Amino acid sequence: MAELAFEVNNVAKYFDKVKAVDGVTLKAEKGKIFGLLGPNGAGKTTLVNMLATLSEPTKGSLKVLGVDVVKQPDKVRKMIGLAGQFAAVDEYLTGEENLYMVGRLYHLSASEAKKRSKDILDKLKLSDAAKRQARTYSGGMRRRLDLGACLVGQPQILFLDEPTTGLDPRTRLDLWKIIRDLVKGGTSILLTTQYLEEADELADHIAVIDRGKLIAEGTSQQLKAKLGGDVIEFELASSANKDKALEAVSKLGQKKPTYNEDNQTVTLAVGSGGSKKLAEVVRALDSADVSPHSLSLHEPSLDDVFLSLTGTKASAVATEDGGGRKRGKNRVE
Amino acid sequence: MWNNLYYQLTDTWAITRRNLLRYIRLPQLVFFSAIQPVIFLTLFNFVFGGALGREGAALHGKYINYLLPGIMVQVTLFGGLQTGVGLARDLKSGLVDRWRSLPMSRAAVLAGRTLADMLRNVVVVTIMLLVGHLYGFRFYNGFFHSIEMVAILLLFGFAFSWIAAFLGLATRDEETAQLAGFAFVFPLVFASAVFVPTVSMPGWLQHFANNQPITFAASAARELALGLPSHGAIWKILLWSIGILVIFVPLSINRYKRATS
Repeated sequence: MAELAFEVNNVAKYFDKVKAVDGVTLKAEKGKIFGLLGPNGAGKTTLVNMLATLSEPTKGSLKVLGVDVVKQPDKVRKMIGLAGQFAAVDEYLTGEENLYMVGRLYHLSASEAKKRSKDILDKLKLSDAAKRQARTYSGGMRRRLDLGACLVGQPQILFLDEPTTGLDPRTRLDLWKIIRDLVKGGTSILLTTQYLEEADELADHIAVIDRGKLIAEGTSQQLKAKLGGDVIEFELASSANKDKALEAVSKLGQKKPTYNEDNQTVTLAVGSGGSKKLAEVVRALDSADVSPHSLSLHEPSLDDVFLSLTGTKASAVATEDGGGRKRGKNRVE
Repeated sequence: MWNNLYYQLTDTWAITRRNLLRYIRLPQLVFFSAIQPVIFLTLFNFVFGGALGREGAALHGKYINYLLPGIMVQVTLFGGLQTGVGLARDLKSGLVDRWRSLPMSRAAVLAGRTLADMLRNVVVVTIMLLVGHLYGFRFYNGFFHSIEMVAILLLFGFAFSWIAAFLGLATRDEETAQLAGFAFVFPLVFASAVFVPTVSMPGWLQHFANNQPITFAASAARELALGLPSHGAIWKILLWSIGILVIFVPLSINRYKRATS
């Protein structure tokens, strides 16, 4: 078996009586993005802090590139880079000075620290702002500088704790590109996020945690498959003909169709072969004399997965655009 | 082993440099940390000076000669307390998390902070001496003893910095760290011989005031500045400073090792 980027073996972390992490086991392959997905307070940061040697587990063991985090923290620190939830840059230092300081703390020579700072600022498109104090930076620039700071030591594995929280969608896309480029360069990444869309887009492998426990694991595809494949949704003009509509499609899905009063939408899980089913649904509705407002077919989003796994809607926890459902390709208006 | 020591020093310097850069970029901060003691000095000198001064030949007839060495103790202590505020801020902003994830010395963040605060104290002490000179303060004991006085005060302030470091890491909040520091330093400063001799205090307070480190520091500073007969205050304050360091350096470092934002 290939060497692992990191492994978490039955780890628990208790703060007084609160079980922040409660018996989690994870294994991450090298050179990939491992997504740790969960709502606020799920235990994501606690796990990252333990992997980054900031705190010790109450139970269990953690290894980074085969090295035990508790027994040889210094060795681990030489191989990792941590970008925490806050952009941990000194606002009164320039971009260049921030990176130079970190370089010196990685015990690089003064000239090497300077050279690497310059290279990283170039790579992150911050060279123009290199001599400006970080307090003049925008939120996105700060995040990039923060990410830059954890690249100075040329780590083999990066821990990114909610790297795009609070960023606007455009800046988020920029950061995604940087993260993808890093992985292409051979870096392993652990990324925590409360945005389902982000895990879906970036992560090769996703672990979903909630209240300190691992509740699901797999690729984005595998997690979606747990919901039983494609979903057809249609919106009615009014609730008046809802019974007619439900009756018309009741035999077409794998399960009984569900109806949401709020948006007058019928949801039908149809398994595989969604497009064929779509035609059947249209015909069934037509003969029942029901004309829907809109009709769509889509793969279940991670939002659906999360909902069915935890019973709470993740998008209610994750903010604005991140938890939004991805609309399907075959949408018919 | 030498390698290790070398990195301890370069790590500490990297952090010290960062803190000093902040002070240079925020000159208001140094300005206002000097303005408060200057106001204290001015108020006490002109408000109490008339009532208290001119009492001994030892003071060369001027209260300022009594006041300035005392108030310099207060200044260096307050300066030292800022260490806790700075550390609590770094902890909150996530910088401490970053540093703790780096393969760097576990002592450097604290040493770099306390050293930078000591250097800031040098600036504040210099301003105090200049203003004191304007108000009539003079050294009467030669150049080397004057330097010795400043060195002893800086050392005492440095030792206090490490207590403040512990408070900052323990409270994790700038304002709480500041209040916690003042809560124990204020009574100590006033129940001492910093501003006035202890003889007029009630017996129990006099006993306390005469035997606490801040009075030793003020007495040591006066002995060195004015060439007063020695009562051993210099040794006492050196021992206190070393004692505080022996206890609070390991205590603070231990706290730092477990600190998370």
